[in-house]
Amino acid sequence: MNYFPDEVLEHVFDFVTSSRDRNALSQVCKSWYRIESSSRQKVFIGNCYAISPERVIERFPALKSIALKGKPHFADFNLVPHEWGGFVYPWIEAFARNRVGLEELRLKRMVVSDDSLELLSRSFANFKSLVLVSCEGFTTDGLAAIAANCRCLRELDLQENEVEDHRGHWLSCFHDSHTSLVSLNFACLKGDINLGVLERLVARSPNLRSLRLNRAVPFDTLQKILMQSPNLVDLGVGSYVHDPDSETYDKLVTAIEKCKSVRSLSGFLDVAPHCLPAFHSICPNLTSLNLSYAPGIQGGELTKLIRHCRKLQRLWILDCIGDKGLEVVASTCKDLQELRVFPSDPYIGHAAVTEEGLVAISSGCPKLHSILYFCQQMTNAALITVAKNCPNFIRFRLCILDPTKPDAVTQQPLDEGFGAIVHSCRGLRRLSLTGLLTDQVFLYIGMYAEQLEMLSIAFAGDSDKGMQYVLNGCKRLRKLEIRDSPFGNGALLMDVGKYEAMRSLWMSSCEVTLGGCKTLAKKMPRLNVEIMNENEQTDFIFDDAQKVDKMYLYRTLAGQRKDAPDFVWTL
Amino acid sequence: MSPEIGTHQLESDTAGDMNFKETELTLALPGESRTLKEMNGGKIGTKRGFLETVDLNLGSLRADCSDKDRNESENDVLTAAKPPAAKAQVVGWPPVRDYRKNAMKSCKYVKVAVDGAPYLRKVNLEMYNSYEQLLSALEDMFSCFTIRNYLNERKMVNGVENVPTYEDKDGDWMMLGDVPWKMFVESCKRLRLMKSSEANGLAPRTPSKCSSTSG
Repeated sequence: MNYFPDEVLEHVFDFVTSSRDRNALSQVCKSWYRIESSSRQKVFIGNCYAISPERVIERFPALKSIALKGKPHFADFNLVPHEWGGFVYPWIEAFARNRVGLEELRLKRMVVSDDSLELLSRSFANFKSLVLVSCEGFTTDGLAAIAANCRCLRELDLQENEVEDHRGHWLSCFHDSHTSLVSLNFACLKGDINLGVLERLVARSPNLRSLRLNRAVPFDTLQKILMQSPNLVDLGVGSYVHDPDSETYDKLVTAIEKCKSVRSLSGFLDVAPHCLPAFHSICPNLTSLNLSYAPGIQGGELTKLIRHCRKLQRLWILDCIGDKGLEVVASTCKDLQELRVFPSDPYIGHAAVTEEGLVAISSGCPKLHSILYFCQQMTNAALITVAKNCPNFIRFRLCILDPTKPDAVTQQPLDEGFGAIVHSCRGLRRLSLTGLLTDQVFLYIGMYAEQLEMLSIAFAGDSDKGMQYVLNGCKRLRKLEIRDSPFGNGALLMDVGKYEAMRSLWMSSCEVTLGGCKTLAKKMPRLNVEIMNENEQTDFIFDDAQKVDKMYLYRTLAGQRKDAPDFVWTL
Repeated sequence: MSPEIGTHQLESDTAGDMNFKETELTLALPGESRTLKEMNGGKIGTKRGFLETVDLNLGSLRADCSDKDRNESENDVLTAAKPPAAKAQVVGWPPVRDYRKNAMKSCKYVKVAVDGAPYLRKVNLEMYNSYEQLLSALEDMFSCFTIRNYLNERKMVNGVENVPTYEDKDGDWMMLGDVPWKMFVESCKRLRLMKSSEANGLAPRTPSKCSSTSG
């Protein structure tokens, strides 16, 4: 291999696209490192504070596409104080200053200001794709800058962001000559949209394949848009309320029938369920269906729709489908790979599904590999059955609404059930546990979950041993997040070197003390150990015995970050 | 090592508590043992039980808690089958993004039945900020009826009066106006405008003329 010229190696490396594989390539030898780094175009940074933008640019001069993640995962659930960080501006500014030929930017859980979007829009002539997931800090003014200045833009995908809506003029900022749009998702915007502008934009975008509308787009506009875009592959319906006996409805039925390429359907943010039959003609082609934002579709209408969807691979729904509805899914969707069942009452109330629904799914859908399941109760027997039926789980996330609830039948902890899952599913990479759980379940996880990369723990375990089993056993662990569990310094300090092989560790409302964190920080200079205490700061720094409210540690080559707010202490 | 799991576990589910421990399967290494105490006891060490965390967050909702809930012993952590009556919220639980929670909230459509009307309507409670707003919207919707609002003021149009009632999450039929607006929005499952003659002096327990509960 040493005698191949660089260009040949580079050409071979072109066929290797995943970040992980390219990371592996770069470790083989110095020349492979050099060639791989100089040719890599797509970079993934799992923690924006793990490395500085300058270093990324230096190592990857051919950089065109970058994905960045900011806040820790538990920020999704309000556990991370609001101004914690995760600003994208320094990255965009560094890219602009170094004349990086940026074409694609994908951000998750980051703070994106309008200034960042403005700078982004003006700095990269070939910018093609912006994907923002669970971000905040920007308004529709920032979107206006993107629309106006990114003349090559193909993709604008806004997923579940908190956007301040200054009303719909941003859409008008796309030039009349802008005809390159392939993907447009503004479902998360709350404000009004200029419907005429939208229709004209769609009409001049012959390559449009993915369109997700917000609630402000009514039925008749949907009908006009679908007439213009029969080649759509992915459709997100905004408002879907109309009279099924009207001419507009009939026109929509005709338009939908022509959309033979639609494979993915979502939205229905406002819905009149008796209008749903209009979609029955494309249901047989669907591989992905997301009705988790459509609480207006219930019971019989929901199952009626699903019965038409025999090819479904991915299904996101609300728990109002019930165990019986899940039996319908199990008997209809034999190709199902990913299922997410969300609670329709997100406050602590009743979930409408139990272990029965999960067992039914596992028995009917052998290809299932990813599940997120919010439920009212669970049993060991059910989990053991699920483990036997579906040994291919990669992601298994169970959330019982009452998080310390035992086996609903035997009142025992759910250790055995989850033990069966990790024992049977040798490829398991992500696991979230709830229910009454002792140290025993962590012993099983340490013993059997060899491929586990991410583990989420809440209100579980009895002692330090639990966390120690995990840290000892799970060689591939990258992200560990723990809340309200009795793990303390003994577990934290057992194997400090382990944290350099991981991306991050989050511990909140556990037994870890300030002294323990200080010890860890002292031993491991290449970790940032951040403490967040929302109580009085003055006495805190002198009392090593005090328990730490929130600790977030991560490996980094960038040293202590300079943008941390007052309530975050990096030890 | 080949742990026997699966059917054996299912069979032993029906055994009494005493036998369960003996037949219980584990995937552990030989020699590992758990005491029954650890499994069935309450809080071990300093672990903060879920209900205790809930108590820390009970603020103004304390008034609605029965004393029984607050004095629950630690052992009840294991046997609690229902969440606390006050529906207090622990920060970040359940783990659902705010974005999703808000999306669910703004779709608080409930059916409205009016005694004597042949059709039902649906209203989105999130669109209103007070009982007055809701009642006046209902009056618009069902303009041939009048509604006696919670202040007992009557606006007669053609002599027919209706008393606004609602079914709450517990399945009970309540008079509108007793609880704060936000609490009403969260707990209301559907509305019924009842003929005054039926509602006289009492909050009715079971409605006689309600449509089926699907949806």
